[in-house]
Amino acid sequence: MSEVQTVENMVSITIDGVDYKAKEGEYILNAARANDIFIPAICYLTRCSPTLACRLCLVEADGKQVYSCNAKVKEGMEITVSTPDILAERRAMMEVYDVNHPLQCGVCDQSGECELQNYTLELGVDSQSYTIQDTKREATNWSSVLHYDPGLCIVCERCTTVCKDMIGDAAIKTTKRGGEALDKAWKDEMPKDAYAMWNKLQKSVIAPSNGTEHTNCSDCGECVAVCPVGALVSRDFVYTSNAWDLKKIPATCAHCSSGCQIYYETKPASIEDRTEKIFRVTNEWNYVSLCGAGRFGYDFENRTATKDATTFAAAVKAFKKAKVINFNSVITNEEALMLQTLKEKLGVKLINREARAFQRFLGFYSEASGQSLYSLDFKEVMATDFVMSVGSSLRNDNPNARYAFNNVQKLNKGAGLYFHPVGDTLVPTFGKNIEMFAHKVGHEEAALLFIIKLFADQDKLPSSVKEQLDSDFVELLGGDTAKFEKSFEKMMKKKESFSLMVGEDLYFHEKAENLAKLIAVLEASSEVKVAMIPPKTNSLGVALICDLDDEAEGYTIGYNESGDFKLSALGDGDLDMPAMNQQEGTLTNMHKRVTPTNAALEYNGYVLNDIVREVASAPKETIMWTEHLPVSKGFKAVEFDSLPNHYTNDGVEHRGYLLESTSVEVEEISVDKFDDSNALEGEIAYRCNPQRQFNDFSDKAHQIFEGFGLYTSPAKAEALSSKVEVEFANGKLTLDVIVDERMEGDIVAIPDFKSAENIYELFAGSRYQTVTIKEV
Amino acid sequence: MSLEQFKNRNVGTQNYKTLDLDHTPVTGMGQFKQVVSRTFKPELFVGLWVTFREMINALFRGKMHTTQYPFEKLPISPRYRAIHDMLRLLESGHYRCIGCGLCEKICISNCITMDTQYDENQRKEVSEYTINFGRCIFCGYCAEVCPELAIVHGPRYETASEQRASFSLFEDMLTPIDQLNLQQEYQGFGAISPNADENIKKTPLAY
Ligand code: SF4
Ligand code: SF4
Ligand code: SF4
Ligand code: SF4
Ligand code: SF4
Ligand code: FES
Repeated sequence: MSEVQTVENMVSITIDGVDYKAKEGEYILNAARANDIFIPAICYLTRCSPTLACRLCLVEADGKQVYSCNAKVKEGMEITVSTPDILAERRAMMEVYDVNHPLQCGVCDQSGECELQNYTLELGVDSQSYTIQDTKREATNWSSVLHYDPGLCIVCERCTTVCKDMIGDAAIKTTKRGGEALDKAWKDEMPKDAYAMWNKLQKSVIAPSNGTEHTNCSDCGECVAVCPVGALVSRDFVYTSNAWDLKKIPATCAHCSSGCQIYYETKPASIEDRTEKIFRVTNEWNYVSLCGAGRFGYDFENRTATKDATTFAAAVKAFKKAKVINFNSVITNEEALMLQTLKEKLGVKLINREARAFQRFLGFYSEASGQSLYSLDFKEVMATDFVMSVGSSLRNDNPNARYAFNNVQKLNKGAGLYFHPVGDTLVPTFGKNIEMFAHKVGHEEAALLFIIKLFADQDKLPSSVKEQLDSDFVELLGGDTAKFEKSFEKMMKKKESFSLMVGEDLYFHEKAENLAKLIAVLEASSEVKVAMIPPKTNSLGVALICDLDDEAEGYTIGYNESGDFKLSALGDGDLDMPAMNQQEGTLTNMHKRVTPTNAALEYNGYVLNDIVREVASAPKETIMWTEHLPVSKGFKAVEFDSLPNHYTNDGVEHRGYLLESTSVEVEEISVDKFDDSNALEGEIAYRCNPQRQFNDFSDKAHQIFEGFGLYTSPAKAEALSSKVEVEFANGKLTLDVIVDERMEGDIVAIPDFKSAENIYELFAGSRYQTVTIKEV
Repeated sequence: MSLEQFKNRNVGTQNYKTLDLDHTPVTGMGQFKQVVSRTFKPELFVGLWVTFREMINALFRGKMHTTQYPFEKLPISPRYRAIHDMLRLLESGHYRCIGCGLCEKICISNCITMDTQYDENQRKEVSEYTINFGRCIFCGYCAEVCPELAIVHGPRYETASEQRASFSLFEDMLTPIDQLNLQQEYQGFGAISPNADENIKKTPLAY
């Protein structure tokens, strides 16, 4: 889809007299960057809206001065990067930024990668022409992870922009500094844009937008990542290391299926302890946005491992007699392939609950649609202007699905429909054109039928669907028909591309097959294209590589899960395994991309490959499996060491490769009749993790504080005591009640990030269960 | 970023070359023979004779040429680069080092390491600082780069000890707080020795 655009809509421009091609409608700055031309710019963030805070990106286009981050290229445009006037402006701007800036680079955390430092040198600022009295600005902690030093802040607004346009929290904003007003005399004396910039700068600082001292946000730390200076730093990192002392290890975040690009940054822990330690996680923030789990949940390595021959022999023996291997999706493609090989050679059964549910769903979808994989990746979702979500708790399941939903609203003047039984107070704030349906549990089919009704070409619909479309779905899904019709008309204005994201609720659904068929019908009969959120880290990879079983009995090996013999990367099993930051290999993420990850930390124990070599056969290194990933499932037969891992200046991702999707012809689909009496009633629990928690590994990290408890909306919490007993049909749990201020309604959420709690068993194949909640 | 470094998985195998040496004797007799044959050569007695002659000259004929260390010590030039000193601010007594890490970065033997942290006054605290004197080549780059004149080479050249590590921690190098009044400022790279005058001699012009 995006490729078609790049080929067809190119325009010719000249920059400093040289001819270049650029994408039509692209900002001059991006066009220049794509062609490796440097234009000074601070405040612009790729994928966010231009704020014109820094004005450094001034260029001359067709004889007029424009801001290159905000002006679009036109056919035949002639651009000059620097004229004497522009150079004078830029020099004055940099001088202004240095007014009352403490220039404490000697102790500053940003030193060495500071844009203020770089541009001050780049523009040769060696004298200062401007002065004004300084204002007292004190450093504060905004949250458990954010540290803000306003003395260093240059009010470029990158933090507020990314928080609003990408993350969606809009938790911080510019506010009054209370500084002295600029002397009007400067206005005549200094370049115009520099004056305007200074005027604004002198008046502002950044503060939490809720009016308190604290942000109360998603704690994603993306504001820290984009800050060009040392003003925003994570609390744990402040003053602990200089940027140049850290070694960057390119990797893939292994907490959720987004599989974000990250760098683990390591150096020896201290003078006394010379073992390498991860000091922070950074990312290519222009092209990828992390969540709090990826950014702060990095110290989950397994330090206890040693090469103990007796335990290894015990492990080999256990594998030889094993009937079942029970594992989860926090596993590389290579290891998944090893397990599949064991299944083929030794006949063990493979159990992976979340990947199996997703595999079945993907299978139903492929059968109905003829496509081996879902249509869109989440970057393509981000490029659409109407986005919908069914069956996923957007804020919790996958941060990047949520970022996409938000970004569509902010950047594409988009609209959105959000269907989910658990109400949310954040999602509707993403944009003006969002309708949220907190429908009943069990009405997911109705949500899809409703979307079909809204978007499908009636003539292309199979009769089994067509005859179901007469109901008043808005009413059924808990909305107000008259009001919705009016707002929908507004939502549809100037919309061209439509996307639907579906999530885990549908995979763990009684009617999963029917839901998958409805999605296929929707795609076949409308312009809506679908993206799926794989439930956990590498669920997509496991679903493609392994032939998973539904049920199994007998002697069980648990890999990071329970079993008679336990392999564990958490250090609590019978044999240690390397954690994800100690392994190399590939992961398949929700963008249908196979991405490489490298080992950041040392590991001294055995790996799965060693066991497989003993009980079946295996090559020397784990990564030698990479080239054997099943080509028939869309993987490529390429060596691990030849996989690239970077982005280019035009924003193109070169990380690993994209899975190949195949398609075949299919017959007409026939769907079941939707029965609205299937809705779940009574006290309902939902299997859902709090933000920043995904698995035992995120839980192990010292900067992730979200606990294992019963999450409820503030209103619901009032009706409960602080500790409750939750009784399921097949077991019970005693949990602390934790309020999630952004939840709405009566459904309570129970996390599944602790594998030892066996939450999947309690929910028995569904994501919702009726429960009884008792005080204790 | 280049991924080359991640492709080398041969950790542990190094390219050492073994020297072509004679066999080491293993029996006691063999070892004794080797010692005797290596020790008693005619050159030994030539050397002993020269030493004895010069001793007689120095002690009884008034022909002493050297300084009688350790009873006599020559003043050390400020340019001399011995074990480092960490200086303090004169007014407050606080250590000067701000933990900027420039010395650590510039050190060509990679022997400086420091631990820093955020302290209760919101400042960068140097919680520990160390120089590995087994590797330091006393080049003086650290002292030259230091923006705070915090680290300098002191005059302390008597560094015989069981472990070089005994000089190498922050507090070993830091001016003791009760001796702040004795702290010597570094005079700069062009500074001359205190006894420079005495060392000036007439140029021996024989013609
Ligand atoms: S923000 Fe940049 S310029 Fe300012 S003190 Fe830090 S490193 Fe120096
Ligand atoms: S905190 Fe950083 S990113 Fe935010 S406005 Fe200040 S300088 Fe810009
Ligand atoms: S941590 Fe994330 S959500 Fe919180 S203020 Fe920063 S960008 Fe916004
Ligand atoms: S947890 Fe998911 S969204 Fe967060 S950084 Fe990791 S991969 Fe990205
Ligand atoms: S260069 Fe000076 S101030 Fe900086 S860390 Fe070294 S001793 Fe301290
Ligand atoms: S980058 Fe264009 S105004 Fe800042």
